[in-house]
Amino acid sequence: MSNEVKKKSPPDPNSAKFKLGKIATDAYVDAQAAKDRGEMIGWCSSNFPVEIPETLGLAVCYPENQAAGIAARGGGERLCNISEDDGYSNDICAYARISLAYAKTKDAPEQNMPAPDFLLCCNNICNCMIKWYENLAKDLDIPMIIIDIPFNPDYEVSDAQVAYVKAQFLEAIKQLEELTGKKWTEEKFQEVMEYSGRTSRAWLAATSEAKHTPSPFNGFDLLNHMAVMVTARGKKEAAEAMEVLHKEYLENVETGNSTFRAEEKHRIMFEGIACWPYLRATSTGLKSRGINMVTTIYADAFGFIYDDFDGMVKAYCNVPNAMNLENARDKRVKLIKANHVEGLLVHTNRSCKLWSGFMAEMSRQISAECEIPHVAFDGDQADPRNFSEAQYETRVQGLTEIMESKKGGC
Amino acid sequence: METILKKAQLTRDDIDYVMATGYGRRNFDPAHGELSELSCHAKGVLFKNPLVRTIIDIGGQDAKVLRINDKGIMENFMMNDKCAAGTGRFLDVMANILQMPVNELEKRAELAEKPAKISSTCTVFAESEVISQLASGETVENVIAGICNSVASRVAGLAKRVGIKEEVFMSGGVAQNGGVRKALEKELKVPIKWSETSQMMGALGAAISAYEQVKKRGVLNE
Repeated sequence: MSNEVKKKSPPDPNSAKFKLGKIATDAYVDAQAAKDRGEMIGWCSSNFPVEIPETLGLAVCYPENQAAGIAARGGGERLCNISEDDGYSNDICAYARISLAYAKTKDAPEQNMPAPDFLLCCNNICNCMIKWYENLAKDLDIPMIIIDIPFNPDYEVSDAQVAYVKAQFLEAIKQLEELTGKKWTEEKFQEVMEYSGRTSRAWLAATSEAKHTPSPFNGFDLLNHMAVMVTARGKKEAAEAMEVLHKEYLENVETGNSTFRAEEKHRIMFEGIACWPYLRATSTGLKSRGINMVTTIYADAFGFIYDDFDGMVKAYCNVPNAMNLENARDKRVKLIKANHVEGLLVHTNRSCKLWSGFMAEMSRQISAECEIPHVAFDGDQADPRNFSEAQYETRVQGLTEIMESKKGGC
Repeated sequence: METILKKAQLTRDDIDYVMATGYGRRNFDPAHGELSELSCHAKGVLFKNPLVRTIIDIGGQDAKVLRINDKGIMENFMMNDKCAAGTGRFLDVMANILQMPVNELEKRAELAEKPAKISSTCTVFAESEVISQLASGETVENVIAGICNSVASRVAGLAKRVGIKEEVFMSGGVAQNGGVRKALEKELKVPIKWSETSQMMGALGAAISAYEQVKKRGVLNE
């Protein structure tokens, strides 16, 4: 028997995967380098307008991305336990628990990041974020800048809401200028806006290639690439890497290739944050049945297209967790129809009460409008104790069997 | 497997196709195929009762409600979340506290005058409620009826989300418990069918599916 070990071929430095991975990694390296130069750096919530620190030339890290990385590498439970020992309920978001534990221990070999000098918080993703960041600010004794973007009960974003939020954007810029000594310039903002637009357009174009059958990509790719969309949209490298990604998907369409390495028998939409501690189990459970997750709401959510400052403010008022149910449903229905989706798999994420809470009714409405089955499984974005692989398997198999029987099989 | 074959006076050569179902189905080596218990229950129930359009299956590990379309195909389903409340395990735990076999719960529930209120949120909460209700003088019968109502209320929530369409059939082990059946009928305001073999519907569905596979192949052992 041969003892030959199959060597992994080195990644192609010109590939989108390499470039996007490097941008995500460099975010931590750049922040550390800025810190080492004596500059002030921040921790930032995922839907805070990234254009503000980017235009000011401030390096920021994202605790949510760090927590996802820690959870995916097996450290979630350890850090959750530290926070729970400090009195935090295990009912609150696991990203928050991991982040608060990290702020205390200041070490996680799975993903370290430099200590912050200020915090940037925006509650358009959830209100747990406010208390999480307030506690970080108190524990670390550093300032916190908050932008309040309330949940929008109406279908459209009103001028009044834009005015309310715009005033806060301007105030946040002023506060950051005073705090860090950096200056906002219109020229730099125009440049950031241009890159952000290029990145977003390329992302939307790349993800829309799932309209082809088979899809030129595995939807789990999107869960990884979206880190760049969240944190680095306004960077030149991000725009270039996303354009390469789109080009690769177009090439796959022409050659009949795909990053989904199996026969694509069924196409589903995945709803919710990835179950990071069980990414392999959740992905294998689909792939082994020939199910490609061709789209998620991320495909639409991070395409921030705007032409000016007010447009940017409006875009941040219209992110998934801040929009009303009908608007959120219609965006998903559009993705389902455009990408020939046959089933909806919903992650009832114990960390995210907001997102999981509205999914029960939204799934019902989507299912009725698109005439596709929907199935929910229990899990968590970062706390491994909230997931059972056997229960997941049964639900996914049930979904598969329904999709098969609708095609006349089974 | 050998024990079952011996009991049925068969050998492995007599079996053309083995279909595995239930938790652990993917790890059963002798199986030629595997099918979820969802599809198996649907097949089994429809074989016996073709007019059924909603199946409520309460078993040991989970509870599920299946919606069947007019062609007799499962078109959607809903399962319990990460909690034993509303499953057969909940009844096992309660029977254990009451120190009686689980199949005695039905008889005793029928004697209840006013069912006690028992939590349907959590098995451990319910367990402590049962103990405190008994300690404060509530009759065992009222507590048992409360336990049956608790399971029924939890599962009725799932059924309402799927959408009830008659006829409704109850499969799985808990179907044997008339207390839960009646409480469900009351909650859902529809008659619920069941049979003495409700617990076997998943196995029956698996057998039918195996038969279909062999028929598709065109070779059937005489």
